[in-house]
Amino acid sequence: MTTTPRWRALTQHNLFWPVAVLVVLLLINVPFTPGFFSIKMTDGHLYGSLVSIVLFGSPLILVAVGMTLVIATGGIDLSVGAVVAITGALTCSYISDEANQDSLSGVFLAMGIGLIAAVVCGLWNGFLVARMGIQPIIATLIIMVAGRGVAQLITDGQIITINSEPYKLIGGGYWLTLPFSIFVVAAVVAIMVALTRRTALGLLVESVGGNAEASRLVGIRSMRIKIMVYVFCALCAGIAGLMISSNTSAADGNNAGLWIELDAILAVVIGGTSLTGGRFSIGGTVVGALVIQTLTTTIYTIGVPTQTNLVFKAAVVIVVCLLQSPKFRAKVFGAKFRSGTGTKDGGTSSATPADGASTTAAAPKMEVS
Amino acid sequence: MAEPRPVLEMTGIVKEFPGVRALSGVDFRLFPGEIHALMGENGAGKSTLIKVLTGVYALDDGTVTLDGRPVRIDSPFQAQQAGISTVYQEVNLCPNLSVAENIFIGREPIRFGRIQWTQMRKDAAELVDRLGLDLDVTAPLSSYPLAVQQLVAIVRAVGTGDSDGAGAGTKVLVLDEPTSSLDRDEVLELFRLMRQLRDEGVAILFVSHFLDQIYEICDRMTVLRNGTLVGEHMVSELDQVGLIQLMIGKAMDQLEGLQEQHAEVGETLLEADGLGRTGGIAPFDLQIKKGEVLGLAGLLGSGRTELARLLFGADQPDSGTVTIGGKAVSMSAPNDAIGAGVAFCSENRKTEGLVPELTVRENIILALQAARGWIRPIPAAQRDELVAKYIKALDIRPANPEARVGRLSGGNQQKVLLARWLITQPKLLILDEPTRGIDVGAKAEIQKLVVSLSEEGMSVLYIAAELEEVLRLSHTIGVLRDRKLVAQIANGPEITPTRILETIASGEHQ
Repeated sequence: MTTTPRWRALTQHNLFWPVAVLVVLLLINVPFTPGFFSIKMTDGHLYGSLVSIVLFGSPLILVAVGMTLVIATGGIDLSVGAVVAITGALTCSYISDEANQDSLSGVFLAMGIGLIAAVVCGLWNGFLVARMGIQPIIATLIIMVAGRGVAQLITDGQIITINSEPYKLIGGGYWLTLPFSIFVVAAVVAIMVALTRRTALGLLVESVGGNAEASRLVGIRSMRIKIMVYVFCALCAGIAGLMISSNTSAADGNNAGLWIELDAILAVVIGGTSLTGGRFSIGGTVVGALVIQTLTTTIYTIGVPTQTNLVFKAAVVIVVCLLQSPKFRAKVFGAKFRSGTGTKDGGTSSATPADGASTTAAAPKMEVS
Repeated sequence: MAEPRPVLEMTGIVKEFPGVRALSGVDFRLFPGEIHALMGENGAGKSTLIKVLTGVYALDDGTVTLDGRPVRIDSPFQAQQAGISTVYQEVNLCPNLSVAENIFIGREPIRFGRIQWTQMRKDAAELVDRLGLDLDVTAPLSSYPLAVQQLVAIVRAVGTGDSDGAGAGTKVLVLDEPTSSLDRDEVLELFRLMRQLRDEGVAILFVSHFLDQIYEICDRMTVLRNGTLVGEHMVSELDQVGLIQLMIGKAMDQLEGLQEQHAEVGETLLEADGLGRTGGIAPFDLQIKKGEVLGLAGLLGSGRTELARLLFGADQPDSGTVTIGGKAVSMSAPNDAIGAGVAFCSENRKTEGLVPELTVRENIILALQAARGWIRPIPAAQRDELVAKYIKALDIRPANPEARVGRLSGGNQQKVLLARWLITQPKLLILDEPTRGIDVGAKAEIQKLVVSLSEEGMSVLYIAAELEEVLRLSHTIGVLRDRKLVAQIANGPEITPTRILETIASGEHQ
């Protein structure tokens, strides 16, 4: 009985369900990958499944964190995948044109140019949404569609490959035994958290997303806030673009960051930020992005045939979304919770995450057999 | 006098929404060949009754009989089939289609699966002609002004009944605020059409905020208040003062004998010169002095809120100027007014005031923070102290700055809104219906607060539906009628609610 209120408080916490799902997904991997949780030191680098998940999830985390702010204002940004492609294409084509691709100043210049292009995309989106009053989904669709064409123009329709050691560091290098990408992500997330929570930006964003008319009448300059948020989002996508092209040492205008906008939106929603705007949680988004990356990894490790893995992914996403819906929880677990609180606490409450696990665990087994 | 049989009779109509009884046992009847006004303040249940009648809402209890036969109306479509047509305030037509298409949309004459265009145009032209309108039915609707579109909507509504073949015809025509965006000539044309339809035997239900129009066109009226029937009267037997008393629910002599308010008033703070907005409020001149409480009296929809919104830049004026503290203020956005020291608590707390999912603390600091900009957050210690101070001073409950505002009671939400603006130390505080929908205790507290703020030198523009509330608090009373500021009266012992009501009813101050 004594643990019931504490358990209640825990399940009410907005990060509870995303983290629970993440843990369950990680545990599912254990029977398929021996030593899933072990991390080994080889050649001064740390290796292990967990490190890989964070490494491969880095671009998604970046894009999703930027997306969080846009969604919090009640908007959406479909153009991030195209911005990834444009940034990668511009940066790589600059580096490939240089005589010495290892020149540090050249790499910095190229990266700067790529990121400026990203910022310009963000300004364009913000201008259309905030200034022109175009619906965000339509406004950002423009760069989503046209941006890939721009990226192809930059690369002449080719895949540009480069051979630059300094540039390789961002997406594929190591620093202090860990992949450098992880430090980049940590830095961006830290900056984002500081920017939104140490200043009043987070409050004003939530106010604009929570009640636009009230925000106007209270004197919030929502136009500026919205433009800023779209620029942040594009900048995050730009950094992700650098990371992806650095990891492969190539710029692929067609495929870099393809469909990443959808994964990012999903990560934001799994993280507990409502698509209607208002309250947002950057921490939740990071967990959401890790859930999606873990899911992708899991699909490979348990051997779901590649042709069907999207179906599998969709099934898990449905389960996650249902678990997060208070209405669904009340319908399915409501009776158990009610009878459980009166009699005992541990058994009923642990049943909830376990239910989610059995559903997710059952599906792959059927696929494998 | 033997009365003919009513075409429509609604008996004991009950409609409940979660937590609200919008209609409790309302009786309503409508005779053929009359124009009948449905009167009542906002929230009295007029729209709910109309929506029950037209099938938008299902009724919870009561009966509806049409031509003496009980009917069930479960959808707007069934209402139309039964001969009840509605024209709403906003024109619900397709501007890109022709007049004829708009009249017949959804019930085009069809033969062998094809629309009979010639037939349709001919029928439309005949209908338009019969109703005495001069329109080219092949022209796109958008080529006509809004007023004519409104008339086309009526033609369509009338035609809906006609084409049923059986000759059922439109028996009841509901016009919900059709005149709110029309000018005088356009209103006259509408009235001509209404009279013609009435003479053809159609029963017309007319809703309008403009009392003069009611007295000009209507034969009979039904008055609602708080979801109950107050009375049914012939228009010729009830004068405007009597009608307003019925709508507000207080006899004039009951309103007398209140003490007034008396803080010293300083020099002029705000001066509005010819400020106005088409469709909102006619141009007006207004002065507010330092420490003055200016009360606005007038019926709902008389332009009280519109006046306040112009002084805050919430709506953009299309004429006139505003000077605050000797400086011209452009009023192109709320920011301009806020910068000049104006604060505005909207009458719609939920949609225009609070951000429900944010906490009490966040809602309280929002205005101050917006003024400082995002880059300069209020230091946490200072913020918590300010918030705690105002929670205590206004007795906001629960006294928990972390509570979500959406879960607070109406009175406490209003106090949060007040705290938000008081924290910015405004020069002029605009309060639009600050006491609406809150309990008596909170009401008294807010009124006391207004008096003490005025004593401290803050000017207040105070809007309230209750006249005695306005009289008790105000130094000066601005009277509004039909979207015009018709009088500004200095408060004094000789000013009684009766005098104010007479001014509202007659449109001039004696």
